[in-house]
Amino acid sequence: MKLWLALAILATAVLAAVSLFVGVSDVSLSALLAGTASPQAQLVLVASRVPRTVALILAGSGMAVCGTLMQMIMRNRFVDPSTAGTVEAARFGMLMVLIFAPGLPLVAKMLVAAAFALAGTFILLLILKQVPLRTPVLVPLIGIMLGAVINAALLFIAYRYDLTQSVLAWTMGDFSTVLRGRYEILWVAFALTIAAYVAADQFTVAGLGESFATNLGLNYRRAMALGLTLVAMVTASVVVTVGVALFLGLIVPNLVSLIAGDNLRRTLPWTAVGGAALLLACDLVGRLIIPPYEIPVGTVLGVIGPIAFLFLVLRRGARVA
Amino acid sequence: MIEIRNVAKSYGKVRVVDDVTLTIARGGLTSLVGPNGAGKSTLLSIAARLIPADTGTVSVDGLDVARTPSDQLARRLAILRQDNHVTARLNVRDLVAFGRYPHSKGRPTAEDRTHVERALAYMDLDGLADRFLDELSGGQRQRAFIAMTLCQETDYLLLDEPLNNLDIRHGVELMKLLRRAATELGKTVVLVLHDVNFASSYSDRIIAMRSGRVVLAGTPDEVMTPDNLSDVFGCRFDVHTIAGKRIATYFS
Ligand SMILES: Nc1ncnc2c1ncn2[C@@H]1O[C@H](COP(=O)(O)OP(=O)(O)O)[C@@H](O)[C@H]1O
Ligand SMILES: [Mg+2]
Repeated sequence: MKLWLALAILATAVLAAVSLFVGVSDVSLSALLAGTASPQAQLVLVASRVPRTVALILAGSGMAVCGTLMQMIMRNRFVDPSTAGTVEAARFGMLMVLIFAPGLPLVAKMLVAAAFALAGTFILLLILKQVPLRTPVLVPLIGIMLGAVINAALLFIAYRYDLTQSVLAWTMGDFSTVLRGRYEILWVAFALTIAAYVAADQFTVAGLGESFATNLGLNYRRAMALGLTLVAMVTASVVVTVGVALFLGLIVPNLVSLIAGDNLRRTLPWTAVGGAALLLACDLVGRLIIPPYEIPVGTVLGVIGPIAFLFLVLRRGARVA
Repeated sequence: MIEIRNVAKSYGKVRVVDDVTLTIARGGLTSLVGPNGAGKSTLLSIAARLIPADTGTVSVDGLDVARTPSDQLARRLAILRQDNHVTARLNVRDLVAFGRYPHSKGRPTAEDRTHVERALAYMDLDGLADRFLDELSGGQRQRAFIAMTLCQETDYLLLDEPLNNLDIRHGVELMKLLRRAATELGKTVVLVLHDVNFASSYSDRIIAMRSGRVVLAGTPDEVMTPDNLSDVFGCRFDVHTIAGKRIATYFS
């Protein structure tokens, strides 16, 4: 298992390396090593390629781990920040900042967005309490509807304040604009992802349900609150920097769960590596498919995602029945 | 000692536990019997702080379960509920190992692992230890849950219809195991059983509930009479003495 994980990390590192040297401007490894690379190539590497690659890794692992946390806490395979209204709520928070306190530093913006994201999740939990759930698929359906409602409000307000352009810019995961100085907040997401790993057992126990968790002496509500707060903050950091790529938080956790189960102490590293690898790969595809143009990674995932998701729903469905 | 004092619980207008006062002494095996809807599961869950009571208190070794920190109670008392739907995909060994969570908080020691392997062996799960829960039959899954609860190694063990889904052999083996735990290790075992003959054969004490109230409590010999049983369950019983045990039949 350890060996396999090491191999997976290695494979992801290779993807990351490729990501550093693929793009419109030529940056060649041999030139860099020989010290003959042009200053311009060096600048592209340091100011654009490295930030982009690092952002892909941090956002990919963070969003995948968020998906797992949400799925364990809500005991539903089909929720993640993008199907629970969390992302839309975070964006709504961003809009509020843009309107009422545009001068805030990025960290403060992120915290406001996180507070809104948490509130959005909380509203979903309240709604779910009122609805008798006959099938697990109903949960993300309600989440998506909640997200749509928040999104409608967001667009309406943005239109009123003439901010539609800025709002649309955060709609989809796009890493082509990641530059030095604009992505560093993702390190906060990374720190929180590590924190989630430290508390992994709590989330696994919470995933057994309230009765089991209480019997084992876990403070269920506190574990839930901790998990959802982590999710809200990671989601917010991703929303304020690069935008959330849909489906990432569904595909990777479900795939890991199908193969390796849900003992998070063991599987979270896989989820994190898988998220980073998938996002790196999709970003590369987006960059290579029609050069010199780029397809945003969110669009690439938007094509692969639904297919993979459908496949997973069918597999899961067969298992449950 | 488990002391249940004036515990009541209503859902809407229905009183499902109606002013129950009950003492369960330390050590020994107590069975809770009664018809469906009598309030047995609710009472057991209240005693294990899984459901809050509307009024009344429950204390375990003098600790009020509603106030004692949950993790402290978890090292003293373990409960398995009647219906368990686990969506998390764990393999049997990992699930059982989480029974050690109150002691190890997720950092299992060598001693914890010994407990896990022993619990697996008790429940005849050695061959299934690496299977995921969703790849087991209902009875196998029930055994995994019981093993997890045993693995918690608490003085008090509360099991709500543990024989559900178990085949006869595993049912009898479980009852023998619990009997030994009570006699040899001094554990306090409280079971909800739907089969009065299992209750009669293995218990020190039988408590019968009906409509949210305790209607009878006593040794198997005292409780297992045709009149008592038909009063509790509302149908006709014959009681025979076979190999020194009181056995009820209810087919006539
Ligand atoms: N969560 C609940 N909401 C409403 N009614 C409930 C709930 N749980 C139990 N009941 C009702 O309380 C009564 C007692 O249930 P329970 O304690 O499970 O009985 P038993 O275990 O003796 O069969 C039943 O009539 C049941 O319908
Ligand atoms: Mg019951």
